[in-house]
Amino acid sequence: MRVPLSWLREYVDLPAGETGRDVAERLIRAGLEVETVEQLGGDLKGPLVVGQVLSIEELTEFKKPIRHCWVNVGDANGTGEPQEIVCGARNFAVGDKVVVVLPGAVLPGPFPIAARQTYGHTSAGMICSARELGMGDDHDGIIVLPEHYEPGTDAIELLQLVDEVLDIAVTPDRGYCLSMRGVAREAAAAYGLPLADPALLDVPPANSYGYLVKVADPVGCDRFVARTVTGIDPAAKSPIWLQRRLQKMHVRPISLTVDITNYVMLEVGQPLHAYDRNRVDGPLQVRRASEGELLTTLDGVKRKLSAEDLLICDNSGPIGLAGVMGGASTEILDPVADPETGEVTGSTEVIIEAAHFDPVAVARSAKRHKLPSEASKRFERGVDPEAARAAAQRAVDLLVLIAGGTAEAGVTDIAAPRPMRTITIAADLPDRVAGTEYGRETVTRRLQEVGCAVSGSDVLEVTPPTWRLDLTDPNDLAEEVIRLEGYDNVPARMPTVPPGRGLTEAQRMHRRVGVALAAAGYVEVNNYPFLGDAAFDALGLDKDDARRRTVKLVNPLNDEEPALRTTLLPGLLATLRRNVGRGNTDLAIFEAGLVFRPKSELLVAPRPPVDRRPTAEELAALDSALPDQPRRIAVALAGERQPSGWWGAGAPSGWADAVEAARTVARAAGVELEVRQDQHAPWHPGRCAALYAAGTDRLVGHAGELHPRVLKAMHLPERTSAMELDLDALSADGARRVEGPAVSGFPVATQDVALIVDRDVPAARVELALREGAGELLEAIRLFDVFEGEQVGEGKKSLAYALRFRATDRTLTADEASAARAAAVASAEASTGAVLRGA
Amino acid sequence: MSAPNKSYDPVEVEALKPEEVERARDEAIAAFAAATGLEELKQAKVAHTGDRSALSLANREIGALPPQAKATAGKLIGQARGAVNQALAKRQAELEAERDARVLVEEAVDVTLPFDRAPRGARHPLTTLAERIEDTFVAMGYEIAEGPEVEAEWLNFDALNLGPDHPARSMQDTFFVAAPDGSPDSGVVLRTQTSPVQIRTMLDREPPIYAICPGRVYRTDELDATHTPVFRQVEGIAVDEGITFADLKGTIEQLVSKLIGDELELRWRPSYFPFTEPSAEVDLQCFVCRGASVGNPDRPCRTCSSEGWIELGGCGVVNPRVLIASGVDPNRYSGFAFGLGLERILMNRHNVADMRDMVEGDVRFTLPFGMEI
Repeated sequence: MRVPLSWLREYVDLPAGETGRDVAERLIRAGLEVETVEQLGGDLKGPLVVGQVLSIEELTEFKKPIRHCWVNVGDANGTGEPQEIVCGARNFAVGDKVVVVLPGAVLPGPFPIAARQTYGHTSAGMICSARELGMGDDHDGIIVLPEHYEPGTDAIELLQLVDEVLDIAVTPDRGYCLSMRGVAREAAAAYGLPLADPALLDVPPANSYGYLVKVADPVGCDRFVARTVTGIDPAAKSPIWLQRRLQKMHVRPISLTVDITNYVMLEVGQPLHAYDRNRVDGPLQVRRASEGELLTTLDGVKRKLSAEDLLICDNSGPIGLAGVMGGASTEILDPVADPETGEVTGSTEVIIEAAHFDPVAVARSAKRHKLPSEASKRFERGVDPEAARAAAQRAVDLLVLIAGGTAEAGVTDIAAPRPMRTITIAADLPDRVAGTEYGRETVTRRLQEVGCAVSGSDVLEVTPPTWRLDLTDPNDLAEEVIRLEGYDNVPARMPTVPPGRGLTEAQRMHRRVGVALAAAGYVEVNNYPFLGDAAFDALGLDKDDARRRTVKLVNPLNDEEPALRTTLLPGLLATLRRNVGRGNTDLAIFEAGLVFRPKSELLVAPRPPVDRRPTAEELAALDSALPDQPRRIAVALAGERQPSGWWGAGAPSGWADAVEAARTVARAAGVELEVRQDQHAPWHPGRCAALYAAGTDRLVGHAGELHPRVLKAMHLPERTSAMELDLDALSADGARRVEGPAVSGFPVATQDVALIVDRDVPAARVELALREGAGELLEAIRLFDVFEGEQVGEGKKSLAYALRFRATDRTLTADEASAARAAAVASAEASTGAVLRGA
Repeated sequence: MSAPNKSYDPVEVEALKPEEVERARDEAIAAFAAATGLEELKQAKVAHTGDRSALSLANREIGALPPQAKATAGKLIGQARGAVNQALAKRQAELEAERDARVLVEEAVDVTLPFDRAPRGARHPLTTLAERIEDTFVAMGYEIAEGPEVEAEWLNFDALNLGPDHPARSMQDTFFVAAPDGSPDSGVVLRTQTSPVQIRTMLDREPPIYAICPGRVYRTDELDATHTPVFRQVEGIAVDEGITFADLKGTIEQLVSKLIGDELELRWRPSYFPFTEPSAEVDLQCFVCRGASVGNPDRPCRTCSSEGWIELGGCGVVNPRVLIASGVDPNRYSGFAFGLGLERILMNRHNVADMRDMVEGDVRFTLPFGMEI
């Protein structure tokens, strides 16, 4: 809502020196979100005056037609002689009154004006267009003023060019502030000044000879006021003051009758509609549409109606979508001048409609037909039903005053009974809500200031004003008191919070895994969860892969990505590629976040009522309609994991780093991982590890190098590796409680052993067998070399382990250590076919 | 050893003559002093204190002396050996110190060599910012509550007093999840706020409730310098007996003090949210211009668009209707709630000009934030 300060001052006698910013600050503290204060004509400087065109010489020797004019500007140029001006516009004639800017002036821009030589003549000033004066963007032509202005008159004042305009973002509860009347009321309260209410007008009572209106749906339309005006001069134009106010509100002047209906809506907040009475066939009727009925709205669009749409009809059928937009068939005709006679034809008799429609009906129609209008915006947020009579009267008055019309005596006013809205509150409710003491007198006074009728003492009966449809609950009234008393004046205090439980185990774990990966050199990223089938194709997932079953969005940002992720990898790899593209070549990144897996049976979530707690069944039904949303963590690596440098060679990142990242996460989660060889898209079939929570058969993720085809499809660097773990599954058993180990003080006995096994025997199995065979004396085991070559034979590999033996109660003898080693080897031989190297 | 020779004349034993003993002592001391390295000193040590050295040989003669002469000779030799050993130890220490000094010089390196063998990592600043805010509240006794990102409409809207025709529910703002038939009538959306977690918390248990709800939320905005369709909120709720707007003010002031500091002013202005009544927006004085740019075209401020204030977040007293839908008795309990947008706080607190940097995952953006902000 735009609010010109000059207009606002008409209703509130603001202090003379008060600037737009001052007013904005007061309104902001009262709860109106003033977004900007625009300074109109801030850099404008005269002389800018009315001129009369005395002569026009057409210059035709240039690329475009140019006019060389002499203009009478009265005494404004100091000489009284005509002013010589060259002009490129053509929409004016000799004798026209125009706006002339003289040398020495500055137009908005700023554009300083000086006399200059152009097109072979002197141009001492300019004849101005609306755009050049900053009046609006919709007019390139020269402003032609009504005849009665005297040459030399100051046009800055005449055209109201200097003003301040507040732009207010009105919250949905403050529909009444979509009018000058409403904002003025807030300003009056903020300054403690009286309000000159523009809706306080003398209105003749309803009578039986007004235009016939039949309301068939009193729920959809609980008020319908109709007035008629005849004898309107179709040649009458909107006066400058009216045009200027509309322009400052960013409303384009159209024709006098339409301008007046728009003006009254902006003034008092009541949307009006004007019908050309000669185009309406019979009584106006308000009813719901029949499904499929057609209406051409005045934007020229033929609309198919729904049975929910509320309509204004005449005998011919629908002539308006109630509260949204009028129909083309009965709209006010644009005045047209006959080129021969100059006679202007247009609408001469109008019906003014000032009605009150159901906010929900209007909102749904506007939404259904994608037709948000100034009218629907107001009806959705609530229009004062009692403003209808005054608004209609104001429009009638203006039509009589400006358009030369005659008001007909008939007044139609159909009103459905409207229950009195009375709210009962304890007088100290605002005190208890705010946590401070206002006292009953202040509470009563503030509520009266917003227009409430208040009675009672300890318990107050409060009747909100008809324009405050948002005041329905006791807390609404408390807010009015607290905001007018000032939020800044509410004291600040801390509640007494009972002892808290701190972070949950899961929350602590989520933090730890992030810290652990960052400490291991990974950089955290957060990706959008949106993806499409192309992402799964790039990963090489089978057609029936479970990850292809996604949660779909009805209105995705991008039609190519209508689904939610079932794996973190697509987003993470896209970010990896983006980094590579930007020259960041050695990368290790991670992401932790939710993935979304639809339940096997898709259900619709219920919408239980809100006037009570949902039942247990209703709550269960809500949750069962949601997808599973496990928390995952994933890493991706490319380039060098360790750079080479003066210290020697570096190390490229690879599958082992991805597996190690999984172990890093698992360690931070207090879980041991068991690694098994696997083949799983999108990983390299020979370099893919399945990750299990140790001691269980619970698969918690995968790690390894990505499939070369995937790398190619996604334009990723060679040997890019990745890991993805399900954190919820990983920690499903909770962190294990560590038993404090008994640290032996006896000497260690170290034995090495090299075993030859088939190439495809996993090292993890060999190690497990060694551990089992070595028994209790084994303190630690470490694989220190892997070797393949002629010496160990085709299809074989040698695994060399260092075994550390120690007893808790004695120094081991060489024989004891050797026996344990032999037992370990025997176990490995038995379960993996290992052969002791060199044996 | 020979038996005592009672008639033996000590003068007759050449090696035990005092001048001989002194000479041997002095020769030993001189030899140690002359040693220029530890190896030479070792040789001198063998020569002058070994079994075949003059003093050792002289010492052996003492046993054959008559008792009265033994004491005199023993003292003489003992003193000489003491002096020799002392000289040896001293020289040993000197030479070792010399050697150590030389080796340490030889082992010197250029410690300014760059060493970046271990890769550097970092956590996303939005993560660490959320944790910082969480910790502020955990220290006050709050708990952290979490919930699903794909959420039932009832929890995201209805229970929060956003009726079916509320403008915030329109397709313009909310991502709707497709129903089994592909229609938008699934009753499921991507949560547009973390407030449904507040409802879940209230449904879960009885007051007193003091909870912080951080998380990702979704709105159908296109990504640009100041908007992202996926962003982070931290919301908080307190439901207890006698909770007031004043408690809300104190709590927010405490948060701002911990997060930003005490020197900037806060502005409380009335606003509208369906789930709170009264509702407020809290503005923080612009930390760059501190209001000096307002109405001053010569000194525009990019940070606050010359408004003088930066929007911090929305808050208010929980609407009793929300309590009712959540199964909390509004006659006994009241509450407050607030919501903060983390991206905006990060932009302000760390002077980040473009929100896209928080989204795109360029490691050059994230690395400087390290592990904690």
